[in-house]
Amino acid sequence: MSHEEHGHEYVPEIATARDGKQYEVQGWQGDFYGGKLGFWLFMLTEVMMFGAMFLTLTYYFSLHHDDFIEASSEFSVLLGGTNTVVLLISALTMGLGLLKMRAGDVKGAKLMIYATMILALVFLAIKGVEWTEDYHDGVFLGLPALQAGNPDSRPLGEILFFGMYFTMTGLHGFHIILGIGLMLWLLKRINAGKVTPEHHILHFNIALYWDLVHLIWVFVFPYFYMIGAGHGH
Amino acid sequence: MSKSYLEAGETHCAIGHPKSVFWQWMLTIDHKRIGLMYAAVIFTFFFVAVFVALTMRIELFAPGAQILDGDTFNQAFTLHGVIMIFLFIIPGVPAVFGNIVMPLMIGAKDVSFPRLNWFTFWLYIFGALIALSSLWTGEGFADTGWTFYAPYSLNTNTNVITTLVAAFVLGMASILTGLNFLVTIHRLRAPGMDFFKMPLFVWGIYATAWIQLLATPVVGITLVLAILEKVFGIGIFDPSKGGDPVLFEHLFWIYSHPAVYLMILPAFGIMSEIIPTFSRREVFGYRTIALSSASIAGIGYLVWGHHLFTSGMSDLAKTIFSFLTFFVAIPTGIKFYDWVATMYKGQIHMTTPMLWALGTMVTFVIGGLTGVTIAMIGADIHLQDTYYTVAHFHYAMLGGVVFLLFAGLHYWFPLMFGRMYNEKHAKRAFWFNFIGFNMLWFPMFIAGYLGMPRRYFDYLPEFQIYHQISFFGALVFITGLIYMFTVLISAIKKGEKVGPNHWNATTLEWHLPSAPPPLENHSKVPYVDFRPYEYHHGDPVVKFNYETMQRID
Repeated sequence: MSHEEHGHEYVPEIATARDGKQYEVQGWQGDFYGGKLGFWLFMLTEVMMFGAMFLTLTYYFSLHHDDFIEASSEFSVLLGGTNTVVLLISALTMGLGLLKMRAGDVKGAKLMIYATMILALVFLAIKGVEWTEDYHDGVFLGLPALQAGNPDSRPLGEILFFGMYFTMTGLHGFHIILGIGLMLWLLKRINAGKVTPEHHILHFNIALYWDLVHLIWVFVFPYFYMIGAGHGH
Repeated sequence: MSKSYLEAGETHCAIGHPKSVFWQWMLTIDHKRIGLMYAAVIFTFFFVAVFVALTMRIELFAPGAQILDGDTFNQAFTLHGVIMIFLFIIPGVPAVFGNIVMPLMIGAKDVSFPRLNWFTFWLYIFGALIALSSLWTGEGFADTGWTFYAPYSLNTNTNVITTLVAAFVLGMASILTGLNFLVTIHRLRAPGMDFFKMPLFVWGIYATAWIQLLATPVVGITLVLAILEKVFGIGIFDPSKGGDPVLFEHLFWIYSHPAVYLMILPAFGIMSEIIPTFSRREVFGYRTIALSSASIAGIGYLVWGHHLFTSGMSDLAKTIFSFLTFFVAIPTGIKFYDWVATMYKGQIHMTTPMLWALGTMVTFVIGGLTGVTIAMIGADIHLQDTYYTVAHFHYAMLGGVVFLLFAGLHYWFPLMFGRMYNEKHAKRAFWFNFIGFNMLWFPMFIAGYLGMPRRYFDYLPEFQIYHQISFFGALVFITGLIYMFTVLISAIKKGEKVGPNHWNATTLEWHLPSAPPPLENHSKVPYVDFRPYEYHHGDPVVKFNYETMQRID
């Protein structure tokens, strides 16, 4: 049971060695480094998960090289590039927010979290515009163009490329939405006084999460938008 | 005398402070109670899968169709595999003893994230329900085998998607368990206990947790890609659409081969606890056992290709994977020699757990060495997908992991319940299991060598004798299993009461103030300035005052 619910501070136990020396025992309660370590490990699982998808993508790039280049050239580098910049700035605001929290500036930290959330929404909006355009062009999961074996279907390599594109950007977008939810929760915890400059593990971990989200995008962007940039269209 | 963790009210809960005993169990965040609940659930699933297997054995008693048709048989071995792998043996040792014993061994009050632990248990239950739900909906349970190989899994109309979703959810539960244990082992060890003072079971759990953490996401996303492929047909693993089914096999085994080390490493940890305790000797080569766990976890990542020797891979890749597979046998061999050397000149106490451990030495050596024969590319071309392979992995998994899980059940039973089972009956049950097991699986090596393929519901008449011996072996084995669980379950309430250190063992989980232990474990956290298995002339060296947890030797 955490100390919060018992209404008193957690007092670490002391272990005494045979020579009488006393050692503070680390409990699971209020373990800042444990919380950090746990979340870093969780981030590692995300890296492995997206890593496996990049592996798949790379392999199919080698099998269907020309189709991938051709399909990639249809994307708007401007929209994708804008989104990359937006996400990188949001990483900055998130980081600044954490620095402000550590420095004791709770109000500044909250402002930065709001800024991050707005940038995340901008990212989603641009992504939405892109997906809608794709949909109107007939390029979307489940549409005939992306189903092999009918008159409208694209070449197999392009179907694979777009299939992986919607899968990976979809999963990435899901992480963004999750991130916005996490930030809302963080704001609630800050307002309730549960996250403070002295006890900000939640803020730290959500900032870490956000770094992972933009890190993945930094690889998604060149792989989908850049490989075909400058080819026709 | 402190109150036992099993008594009503003696638990912390994830939400609130429920009065009802039922909700106290459902919401408990106590690692010991969560471990017991895992045990109850996974052994229930174990018996379900055992009886599915028995059905298949009955079908195989004679050539031709008996009680199952071919399609149902395909669903039966898939159900058997999915339950045994995802619901029983992967959670297996970590979920039960990693939860119950590991925090006790390092002197912790609980795992690092007790609420996450609670959540993980229910995530596991949720995944299990999804898997089982596909039994009664749509076209019935998947018929692909537990490996879900593409492209068949993409084309069959059975409930593959449901099973894949279940495997994904169960994978998440496994990841979170591993994460929790890693942080626990890094952060909550008692003062003074460095990594080389940890009991070897903790080393096993530690190595396993890394595999759970790093390998499971790969299979998770592979299953997601397979689901998307089934729903949207974008061709990821479908050769008719420009995809590559061998890629599925690679991605699948990148997880699923390390997964067998995930199963066996904590089981080896149980062996490393039992052997020194009942030889009354300090374990031989502590560091080599500990580091071999770590190196098995590491090398185990690099051997997955040996599942694909007949699937289409370059000869160079085959040679490398074959070499690495031989190589991973070395740390395993080191462990075995260490255990044998520990027993040498020890005072061997032939208790039930020791009997199980020694039995496992026989069965796992057979399972392990036959694994080395099929790591040879040439031999594997002949033996791939035959009963030889089936016998190999059952000797390694059932005769290794599950036997050691049973050994652990007998070893930690007095710790968990403060009571002792009837050793005479428990030993008799062991012999039923051991003899039945060998009778069941050994003929399969011969049948497989002669060409009996796995996963067939019909066979040529010349294989009948092997199937019939197996069938009678299965009857003996199941009798032994029921016998064993009857002995154990009846002892929970009726067994003779015993003290906290029934076996005269040395590690910290035996230095508790009472049996069964109280809610928050040790009365005080000890300072650990001793190695885990110190015996002198057959007696434990380290003694504690259980009130103050100060050393008094």
